[in-house]
Amino acid sequence: MRIEKHPILEVRRPEPFAFFFQERELLGYPGETIASALFANGIRIFGRHHKDGSPQGIFCANGQCAQCLVLANGRPVKACMTLVEPGMHVAPIDGLPQPPHPPGHLEFREIEEVETEVLVIGGGPAGMSAALELGKLGVKTLLVDDKHRLGGKLLLQTHRFFGSREAVFAGTRGIVIAQKLASEVQAQKSVEVWLNSPALAVFSDKKVGVLKEGRRYVLVRPKVLVVATGARERSLLFPGNTLPGVYGAGAFQTLVNRDLVRPAEKLFVVGGGNVGLIAAYHALQAGIEVVGLCEALPECTGYKVHKDKLLRLGVPIYTSHTVLAAHGKEHVEAITIAQVDEHFRPIQGTEKTFACDTILIAVGLDPVDEFYRKAREFGIPAFAAGDAQEIAEASAAIFTGRIAGRKAAQALGYAVEIPPAWEKTAEILKSKAGKIHAVPKPPAGLAVFPVIHCAQEIPCNPCSSMCPLGLIEVPKEDIRLPPRFVPKRECAGCGRCVAFCPGLAITLVDFRKDLEYPVVTVPWEFEPPPVGTEVFLVDREGADLGRAKVLEVAHIPGADHTALLRLSVPKDLALKVAGIRVKKRVLPEVPKEVGPIPDEAIVCRCERVRAGEIRALIRQGVRDLNEIKAVTRAGMGACGGKTCRNLILRLFREEGVPLEEVTDFVSRPLFMEVPLGIFAGMEEP
Amino acid sequence: MSYDIVVIGAGSVGTPAAFYLAREGLKVLVIDRLPSPGQGSNKAAIGGVRATHSDPAKIRLGLRTIEILSRFSEEFGHDVEWRPGGYVFVAYRPEEEKTLRELVHLQRSFGLNIRWCDADELLRIVPDLNPKDLRGGTYSPDDGHCSPLLLCHAYYELAKKAGAEFHFSEEVLAIEVRAGRVTAVRTDKGRYPTKLVLNAAGAWAAKIGKLLGLDHPVYPDCHEAGITEPVAHFLDPMIVDIRPGPGSANCYFHQLATGQIAFCITPDPPILGEDRRETSVFLPQVAKRIIQVVPRLSGIRVRRTWRGLYPMTPDGLPMVGWMEGVHGYLVAIGLCGQGVMLGPAVGELLARLVTEKLQPGDGLVLENLSPNRSFQAQEVLR
Repeated sequence: MRIEKHPILEVRRPEPFAFFFQERELLGYPGETIASALFANGIRIFGRHHKDGSPQGIFCANGQCAQCLVLANGRPVKACMTLVEPGMHVAPIDGLPQPPHPPGHLEFREIEEVETEVLVIGGGPAGMSAALELGKLGVKTLLVDDKHRLGGKLLLQTHRFFGSREAVFAGTRGIVIAQKLASEVQAQKSVEVWLNSPALAVFSDKKVGVLKEGRRYVLVRPKVLVVATGARERSLLFPGNTLPGVYGAGAFQTLVNRDLVRPAEKLFVVGGGNVGLIAAYHALQAGIEVVGLCEALPECTGYKVHKDKLLRLGVPIYTSHTVLAAHGKEHVEAITIAQVDEHFRPIQGTEKTFACDTILIAVGLDPVDEFYRKAREFGIPAFAAGDAQEIAEASAAIFTGRIAGRKAAQALGYAVEIPPAWEKTAEILKSKAGKIHAVPKPPAGLAVFPVIHCAQEIPCNPCSSMCPLGLIEVPKEDIRLPPRFVPKRECAGCGRCVAFCPGLAITLVDFRKDLEYPVVTVPWEFEPPPVGTEVFLVDREGADLGRAKVLEVAHIPGADHTALLRLSVPKDLALKVAGIRVKKRVLPEVPKEVGPIPDEAIVCRCERVRAGEIRALIRQGVRDLNEIKAVTRAGMGACGGKTCRNLILRLFREEGVPLEEVTDFVSRPLFMEVPLGIFAGMEEP
Repeated sequence: MSYDIVVIGAGSVGTPAAFYLAREGLKVLVIDRLPSPGQGSNKAAIGGVRATHSDPAKIRLGLRTIEILSRFSEEFGHDVEWRPGGYVFVAYRPEEEKTLRELVHLQRSFGLNIRWCDADELLRIVPDLNPKDLRGGTYSPDDGHCSPLLLCHAYYELAKKAGAEFHFSEEVLAIEVRAGRVTAVRTDKGRYPTKLVLNAAGAWAAKIGKLLGLDHPVYPDCHEAGITEPVAHFLDPMIVDIRPGPGSANCYFHQLATGQIAFCITPDPPILGEDRRETSVFLPQVAKRIIQVVPRLSGIRVRRTWRGLYPMTPDGLPMVGWMEGVHGYLVAIGLCGQGVMLGPAVGELLARLVTEKLQPGDGLVLENLSPNRSFQAQEVLR
């Protein structure tokens, strides 16, 4: 289904056109991927695996796995990376595809070679920032990205950025930052950008193979390489883990936020890091019911403000819980979770099953650093930036990108410096959620003042930068410390701190009009309730506080879609109110059958290799991933071990094998599959 | 702990040899410096198996390997994906037609099942061959292909079951010799008394020879290969094109039992040395060549490429047998990139040699492949 109305994103679609799936006529829009177009038309099963007939759909929606393979006009393509075209005939791949018939006339062209001073792989926050630094210095730079638009994961980030406002646009939404950076990059004279141009391999003869604009193979000879290829999502082992409906959180955000498709009605999120917490919030904004979120650790690892936002909206969060199974024949119909003990083993009798049609896996990210490692091995000067260097927030990626850009320039002999403050800022921005302090009590006796519900150490300061009177202080030297309201002067009650806090963790209490029923201003990023309606008040962590009337829905200029709701609240509750609730709680159903961590869970999606097969080999003494690959084919599939490697390592850990005894996969090109004819220089292979 | 024989190398040759030796009741230790079986060049092989060589010794070994493979699953219970799809050598120019026709004549004289087919007949066998300028080619229907990885691993399992021990991630540092006889093998992890040593170290065989002060004329030569995504079955035989091309002497490819196309070229001039890092040269070079032969390959997507080492000898023939000068030192080296297709038969032969149970015909093989020969001849078709 398509999203027709969104509280943050503008829904503007060009004229649709017809395309076909299994001869059924469907509507698609220019610029949307086949995967999104199929989802928008309610099709979630794209084909069946040639080995066991299991239903296949999307998993990563990012060109990394190969779950979404379909036939487009007779040729196998990844549905998540290929744009739908008018009149296109899309068909599921059931079994192995027939090799397409060749053109009548064979014409081979020489492979073009291109020289550049710097090649930047990846046009997300890190890559764009690096290119921008290089552009400012006039360094001849080529930026390649595998998507059709610059921005990388920023294009999925409809939330406001944390971090420092001065350094990384904090308080601005990722999608807006993407546009800003993209237009700045495109304005640089010395920077050339190739979109829809995935890098395929870094070779020992110091060339980088790039599939230019999806159809021409070009060898790029850079003097310096900047690798800003981002991250890939980790997967999990449980029965039903490859059912259509189990997606990476990033995949889900791609569909919802980039392509404005609603791929789910009822969602369960596995993982309480920032990715999972934010994805759940995005789902709510897209009108999707979030049935719950579970996190195996005793506390969510993401920012508390993100967690609190969900709690206030009534999403149950189950910490110390893990997923046991996804249920469903052809598609996810339910999930079972269970509480875990201190060794992360499920505790019998604590199983809970929820009906849902979609499960998001948000259990962490791994750097996509293959090109970086190859470049280092082959002696190409290379710098990694963003998640490819270290997994952190996009704000940190902007900074590490800048640093990598400057380092690349230095490697070329340009006399530029990297200000020591940059390194420090990058380190601060990379930091994970830290200590939770006590929430400071607002000073008594004031007529109007902000209440800060944010007490955790996170790198963020827009509240302080946005206060026109400078009354909110975050130490400049370390923006991780929580903000404090310091009433050096009288607060004007403008509400800018409320509107610009990325964590929606500031409210404003105003006694000026009514001492008994002060006006409390809360931020709101959904369709605003009409003035005069009664809403349910909640405290910081979502506990009910009763009802209140909406007095006014205000908008502050520049506060991009965050509304301010002014509520009339009894004075004894005024300091406690942190938000309002829209959603009722979901009660778990009676659990279905569950078992211990099961041999039938799929480890290698591409080749459908199950945990049991690999576990048996480990128990026989196998310690080489390459041997596992030789025997089972795990890692031999389309993705080349990108998805299963971690899961196999996890099985080793579970079997008590120290990882130093385990030999890793040998990494080989290509990064993704490309028709042979492309390498022969054919126009239409 | 002492052993009857220490095998150096758990690859295409050492692993089957270990099995056949252990099956004869010998106490076998296999040592490999890599972490698991077949991690040297076995895993780089694409699995073609043919008897259609031009040297009688290799023909004999090839025929025997095919016999072993065709009964492998039934005899040993391991599926090694053996597919007797045959080999087709194509001729698009008069030069290759002449070479191949002459070769067929010779090969038939050795009793091989191979024949010359004209273009029409060849197109019936491989309908997707490029018909333009096709003059015909040879077809040997009894040849085929298997999975090198599964074959090596099957022998590893069988050898273990037969009592062979395997030590991985262990490097041989010395072969101890007293009074001209092997007495022990010393590694970075231990010392193993033994009277017999088999050098099956593939591309690294010369280094093992050096430990004994011997100069084995085996030098690694690097070939690059690639594999595509799996597609529905459309190609039966291995296709070989012996036309020289820019930077390559020939190319060959086939469709695996699992549907992927595996392809390879022989670089010309050869790329000597052990460098197995990927280069940007291979894909454009090989893609043009193989698409020219089977245009339908053009739309199939390449999945991965890699490089592997061919342990070459000056005359292109393996070195198999007792090495003069050191009693108890046996070699099965210099397989010239044909370890998979010859390894099983060589393994059996070595077991017969060690247990002194040689059969009629073995003498010819051991003579032609003697490691003590002068290395002057050249095989017509390697």
